[in-house]
Amino acid sequence: MVSKEYLAVIVGMGLVTFIPRWLPLIYLTKRSLPSWLVEWLDFIPAAILSAILLPALVTDGATRSVDLWRPEFIVAIPTFLFAIATKSLGGTVIVGMVLFGLAEKFL
Amino acid sequence: MSPKNSGKNNSPVYGKAALTRGMAAAWPICLGYLPIGLAFGVLAQKAGLSPLEIGLMSVLVFAGSSQFIAVSMLSAGASLFSIVATTFIVNLRHFLMSSALAVYLKNADRKKLSFFAYGVTDESFAVNLSKYRDSEWDLDSALATNYTANFTWIITTVLGGVGGQFIPAHAFGIDYALMAMFICLLVFQIRGFIYVIVALIAGTMALFLSMLIPGNSYIVIASMAAAAIGVVFKKKIGPGGNR
Repeated sequence: MVSKEYLAVIVGMGLVTFIPRWLPLIYLTKRSLPSWLVEWLDFIPAAILSAILLPALVTDGATRSVDLWRPEFIVAIPTFLFAIATKSLGGTVIVGMVLFGLAEKFL
Repeated sequence: MSPKNSGKNNSPVYGKAALTRGMAAAWPICLGYLPIGLAFGVLAQKAGLSPLEIGLMSVLVFAGSSQFIAVSMLSAGASLFSIVATTFIVNLRHFLMSSALAVYLKNADRKKLSFFAYGVTDESFAVNLSKYRDSEWDLDSALATNYTANFTWIITTVLGGVGGQFIPAHAFGIDYALMAMFICLLVFQIRGFIYVIVALIAGTMALFLSMLIPGNSYIVIASMAAAAIGVVFKKKIGPGGNR
């Protein structure tokens, strides 16, 4: 059985998650955007991926202190170089996983 | 493949072909969701949620980190309002991602856009955006990518809730799959000096902000600021300065 209280929580969570995902797609696809906005949006992917990655690689999620001697960060360096050299998404994912598996075992 | 039609739908592939290539593009996401989905299921089950309740949350919310947070808040007895408000803040970054995707979806079908919006996650955003930028990509394929990832998330979270503690979910470095995927997709986004600058600023700012402010709003703040600096910088060095 699913309680009413639990349903209310997840429906609320669903709504506040869906609306920010949905509004720009409905609103921005219908009009022509000023060029500065298009330029700004063009930088968003590189910025957002970097903003997600760097803290995740060099900080401990729990204490949020910088620690470069983490398998996540050490493995990221060869993985990054491999991605630049090959431009292969599949290859990079496999290489990253294998290196991380090894790093966890031996570091 | 069907012949090109001159109507509104000018996507290069249709139906089954879009489905196949959309699903194929999703495999790194699915691989990455496997350990996280299972881990979430195990955690949620320990917090007292049934597989049905876990599945319902994954269907209705479909946003990994906020689901983890919600479960820990639920077991701490937090109020409905505080859980929903926290979810809103944690997932606000998707607003930025949908905005960036919107550039490629001019005048697309509204109904499809709504179904697409449901599946905008960090992972599907990064994959679809690279696909739109670097290849002939279309909304049908993007939808297939999103729903393949979504389906994997629902299945793995429920499985985790049923008996995830018995599945060896952390073998073969699988925990690193999404990290490696993000690394490669970031490389795809770097298309000139100015993108290197923007990425460096965003990463460094995010790092410092993440140590100063609780939660994950550092992602949104750092990327908006770094992108703005990019626009100003581009103006300064002139249009020939990149690409």
